[in-house]
Amino acid sequence: MQADTLSFIFLNTVLANNFVLAMFLGLCPFLGISGKLNTAIPMGIASAFVMLVSSVSAYAINLALVALDLEFLRLIAYITIIASAVQLVEMTMKKYSPSLFRSLGIFLPLITTNCAILGLALFQTFKEYNFSQSVTYAIGAGVGFTLALALMAGLREKLALSKLPSVSQGAALSLMLGGMLSLAFMGFAGLGSN
Amino acid sequence: MMSRPKDNTITMDTFTEGLWKDNPVFVMLLGMCPVLAVTNSAINALAMGLATLFVLLASSIMVSLLSKHIPKQVRIATYIVIIATFVTIVDYVIQAISLDLYNALGAFIQLIVANCMILGRAEAYASKHRPLKSIVNGLGMGIGFTLALLSLGVVREILGAGSLFGIQLFSDNFQPWVVMVLPAGGFLVLGAWLLLFDWIKERQALIEANGGQTHAG
Repeated sequence: MQADTLSFIFLNTVLANNFVLAMFLGLCPFLGISGKLNTAIPMGIASAFVMLVSSVSAYAINLALVALDLEFLRLIAYITIIASAVQLVEMTMKKYSPSLFRSLGIFLPLITTNCAILGLALFQTFKEYNFSQSVTYAIGAGVGFTLALALMAGLREKLALSKLPSVSQGAALSLMLGGMLSLAFMGFAGLGSN
Repeated sequence: MMSRPKDNTITMDTFTEGLWKDNPVFVMLLGMCPVLAVTNSAINALAMGLATLFVLLASSIMVSLLSKHIPKQVRIATYIVIIATFVTIVDYVIQAISLDLYNALGAFIQLIVANCMILGRAEAYASKHRPLKSIVNGLGMGIGFTLALLSLGVVREILGAGSLFGIQLFSDNFQPWVVMVLPAGGFLVLGAWLLLFDWIKERQALIEANGGQTHAG
C-alpha cells in the first residue's frame, strides 16, 4: 500500500509517467489517429471516458474476485468490462454526434484493444490503489493520453505542410517524432517518479 | 505466388506473407505497445515474441474451429475471451518457469490480450479459413513478429548496454548509449528500421522501373 497523495498520482501519470510516451501504452491510436487535431482530441476524450468507466468497474470487479478467490479470472473479467464500456461510448456517440462517429471510424471499436485501458486497470490493481486513488489515476491517464495525442497531431499538421524526402514520409517519421516527444517528456522525470 | 491460390490450399505464400510482405510490425504497424515496451534487451524481446506466437497460434486454431458456431454480432467479444484465456495460461506458465523474466516483462504479458495483431488475425483470417491454413499463416505471422521484436531488442541492447543476451560484447571502455534502452530509444530504433525498409523498397521500385536490372549498383 503506497501513501501517494492524489495530486502526486495525477501529476505523475500526466507528465512523468505519461502512458503513451513513457510507458508505451495506447500506441495504435497514437500513430493511427493523430493526423489531424480535430479528430485527435475527440478520440482522446472518448478514450479518457472509457478509462474512467472501466477503472471504476475494474475496481469493483477486483473486490468481488478477491472476495470469491477467483483472481485467475481477472484478465477475462477486465477485458469484458472494457468491451462493454466501449460499446456504451459508441452508442452514445452515434446518437449525439454521427459526424464525429464517422470520422473516428474503425478506431472507435478498436479502443477495446487499446492497451492503455487494460493497462490502467491492471496497474491500479498491481499498485493496490484505493477507490479515490484509482479514479485519480484514471483521470490522469486520460488527460495524459489526450495531451500526447494532441501534441502529436499538432506536430504532424505542421509537418504535412513542409517539404520532406519521399522516403521519410509516413510511419517512420511519426515514430521519430514520438521519440523526440518522449525525450522531451523525460525532462519531467525529476518531478518525482519513484 | 503468381496466380491467386485457391481458398484453403496452403502455399508457401500462406506462411511467408507474415515474415516479410505483410510483416505485422514493419509493414502493418500492429501490436506496437509490446514492440516498443519490452524490447530493451534481446532476451525480453525473444520471450515476448514466443509468448505472443503461442497465443496467436492457439487462438487461431480455436477461432477457426468455432467460427461456424459463433453468432456474428458477438464475435469480437468471443474472440477476446478466447484470447484472454490463452493469455492467462501463458501468464501462469512464464511465472512458473522464470520469475525473473516474469518481473522483467511485467504487465506486458497480460497486455498481449490487447495486442491488435492477434484480434486482427482472428477476425480477418482465422474466422474465414480452415484450421490447418490458419495455423500455417499464424505461424508465419508469429515468427515475423518475433523476428521484428528481436531486431529491435538486439540493436537496443547492443547500443544501450553494450551486451547481447546478457553477454558483454565490448571492453570496459565502452560508453553505453543509455537513451537506447529508455522509452525514447524504442521509438527512434523502430523509426530507423522503418526508414531503412522504406528506402530498400524505394530502391527496388526504382530498379524495376529501370528495366528489371536486379544487380546492386
